[in-house]
Amino acid sequence: MKISAIRSLLDANVICGDENLEHDVFSACGSDMMSDVLAYVKDQAVLLTGLVNSQVIRTAEMMDMVCIVFVRSKKPTPDMIELARESGIVLMSTEKRMYEACGLLYTSGLVGNGVRS
Amino acid sequence: MSESLRFHFNVDGSNFTTAGQASVQVKKNLRELGIPADVIRRVSIAMYEGEINMVIHAHGGEADVVVYEDRIEIILNDHGPGIPNIELAMKEGYSTAPDNIRSLGFGAGMGLPNMKRYTDKMDIETELGKGTKITMCVNF
Repeated sequence: MKISAIRSLLDANVICGDENLEHDVFSACGSDMMSDVLAYVKDQAVLLTGLVNSQVIRTAEMMDMVCIVFVRSKKPTPDMIELARESGIVLMSTEKRMYEACGLLYTSGLVGNGVRS
Repeated sequence: MSESLRFHFNVDGSNFTTAGQASVQVKKNLRELGIPADVIRRVSIAMYEGEINMVIHAHGGEADVVVYEDRIEIILNDHGPGIPNIELAMKEGYSTAPDNIRSLGFGAGMGLPNMKRYTDKMDIETELGKGTKITMCVNF
């Protein structure tokens, strides 16, 4: 699935990283606990979260993720946007809640792939 | 085997916002050295969890990353309170982090288990009231 398709499915606003919207992604995870995200290493490319602080961007960077979707209309701070730009990570924000956003992506073919290393 | 390259960082313990900067820098440095991507990911995740731990529990510390021909060593040194019960601290889900840290997405009791999971070897030396030294090794 292309990142642009995620934007359409979630009716999301792209905050930064427009140039990477045609990047293909194959799996995603949703969590507000960054250590739980870090416990799973199997190429999740997309992170859905309701958490807003700079560690969200750093966690995604450590995991080689390419897109972060903020649910419940959460908006990243300017510092976070700057960090994401430096790493080429796409940030977007959707009004949808976590459960609905994950469900929409999952049923459209973006699987969890939550294999523990 | 001789040491080929060493990166040294001071981890600022007063600011949770900047925690992880050293790990981001290590990731960049290792990429430039042409280290395999999966090795870089394991090193940077283990070091990131360690950095976060140092900020949450030990008011910061020092981090060293040493690149050898066949492995990467990560040495984390702090002068914090020490770990009273290592076996308990290694259990997934056990955490002594305060509630404000949980609201920031950490303190789930996964830090040390994640560090062990992503490395080939992990040693913890700790003394109550003196500090903790964690040495981790990732083989190529």
